[in-house]
Amino acid sequence: MIWNESYECMGREEMREVQNKRLRTTVEHVYHNSPFYRAKMQELGITPMDIETIDDLVKLPFTIKTDLRDQYPFGLFSVPMSEIVRLHASSGTTGKPIVAGYTRKDLSTWSEVLARTFTSGGCSRNDIFQIAYGYGLFTGGLGAHYGAENIGASVIPISAGNTEKQIQLMTDFGSTVLCCTPSYALYLGEAVEDKGIKDKLKLRVGFFGAEPWTEAMRVEIEKKLNIKAFDIFGLTEVIGPGVSYECYAQNGMHINEDHFLPEIINPVTLEPVAPGEVGELVLTTITKEGMPVIRYRTKDLTRLMYEPCPCGRTSVRMHKIMGRSDDMLIIRGVNVFPTQIESVLMEFGETAPHYHLYVDRENNTDTFDVHVEVRPENFTDDMSSMLNLRKRIEARIQSVVGIHANVKLVEPRSIERSIGKAQRVTDKRNLYKE
Amino acid sequence: MPTIIKQLSIFLENKTGRLTEVTRLLGKSGINLTAFSMSESSDFGIMRVVLSDPETAQKLLISHGFTVTLCDVVCLFVPNTPGTLSEALLILSEHNISVDYMYAFAMDDMARVVIRPSDINRCVEVLQKSNLKLAKASDMYYF
Repeated sequence: MIWNESYECMGREEMREVQNKRLRTTVEHVYHNSPFYRAKMQELGITPMDIETIDDLVKLPFTIKTDLRDQYPFGLFSVPMSEIVRLHASSGTTGKPIVAGYTRKDLSTWSEVLARTFTSGGCSRNDIFQIAYGYGLFTGGLGAHYGAENIGASVIPISAGNTEKQIQLMTDFGSTVLCCTPSYALYLGEAVEDKGIKDKLKLRVGFFGAEPWTEAMRVEIEKKLNIKAFDIFGLTEVIGPGVSYECYAQNGMHINEDHFLPEIINPVTLEPVAPGEVGELVLTTITKEGMPVIRYRTKDLTRLMYEPCPCGRTSVRMHKIMGRSDDMLIIRGVNVFPTQIESVLMEFGETAPHYHLYVDRENNTDTFDVHVEVRPENFTDDMSSMLNLRKRIEARIQSVVGIHANVKLVEPRSIERSIGKAQRVTDKRNLYKE
Repeated sequence: MPTIIKQLSIFLENKTGRLTEVTRLLGKSGINLTAFSMSESSDFGIMRVVLSDPETAQKLLISHGFTVTLCDVVCLFVPNTPGTLSEALLILSEHNISVDYMYAFAMDDMARVVIRPSDINRCVEVLQKSNLKLAKASDMYYF
């Protein structure tokens, strides 16, 4: 099902025209209304006159996370506060949070892109949405909430946490759709398994985002909750969830290109990569009023997929997030992304999708330990096959990542579960940093 | 009389208190341990235990988050004299049955040897044909 066929299935040439026009409007808007962007553009010696088409995007300055922090709280807003009707903020794990302001039109854009998302997953007014993303400053809860209301569905604003209650309402209210982080979906799936109530649930579909997850994790969630699990991508700085979404093909997320322009750059040289290559995703908003961002470096690694999609949508797709340029660990001089380790672990049916990476430094050498839970149903009484499993995982990590990891098999459920974004890395070397 | 005995194998991380917790839970539920052995690697171990009520014990431990599997073993009685074990093992090797692991204890005039063979049915068959005495499951489970 398609919510907005005229935009989601627009011809490429026509889309380009829409984008050109909207980009010009956005650049005009920030140049005249955002002292921050005007100064940045002046520094580069450009004016809105220099931006005619989306090919001129590369002339524009990048925006990075620290710019948003430096402008805390409202410095990046491009409209007076009287126009702002909603404020959100990202969970600032270090320092100040990042604040986003929305005008009434921005909120309607947001619920539009989420309506596309949910419709694409086969949802309609006949569905009952259980929104188990956190409500509040985090964009997940309220974002999904208004999107679900927009398609006319019934919404349960339960927010994150309180697993007992989640399961009770899921059963009693007959929720058909679940929205939360993928790690919490997995946690709920385990709880459902424990209670043996999978057959009592009416869940069909889930939309999971706010943290990266792998294909194998999808298989796991789909099996445990007996649903079809869709990935949804977004970030507070750009709008929140809904920048891109998966269709039934579950092969890449369609970017809402009439609102957000994607680029992929090499995070080191900052040059665009060749079409289809992996790099850092950069996004420019072309319809936002409250806080437009120009060439925002997401730090998310992905690649763009230009091939036509069987669902009929013409928009470009982005591959599932492959890692964060931020999360990159440098261990013994080698770049390691936690998602690489996750993918390796998922290849092994004998281990559960719960792991934790420990990096430390002993005698001036980095140590790298990977703790992974064994799956109860795959535990065997045979010591040598257990040791062999460990050895096979270590060999696979070595071949994929290029360094040796000490794999430690741990008991099921011994790795801490999270209801928000999962913390999967402990880098003790940071203690020695100034 | 069935001579195949259900042994519980428990995955244990090498963490202080895990073994204590297993024995505490079993003891509290009135389950008696007949024999057990620990096999360990650097970071985890497998505890193998023959006890009075394997099915109940398995459910109990799983409900407390332990990873447990049941597997089949035999318990052989041999006289506590030099060479008797060797005779029994010779019978197995002559029939091409290998031993994955075993644990034993001898006291007074009898030794009891728990064996996890590669082929349990053939193992029972050849040992019984050779007039060696195997423990009956019922002897092990109930006291």
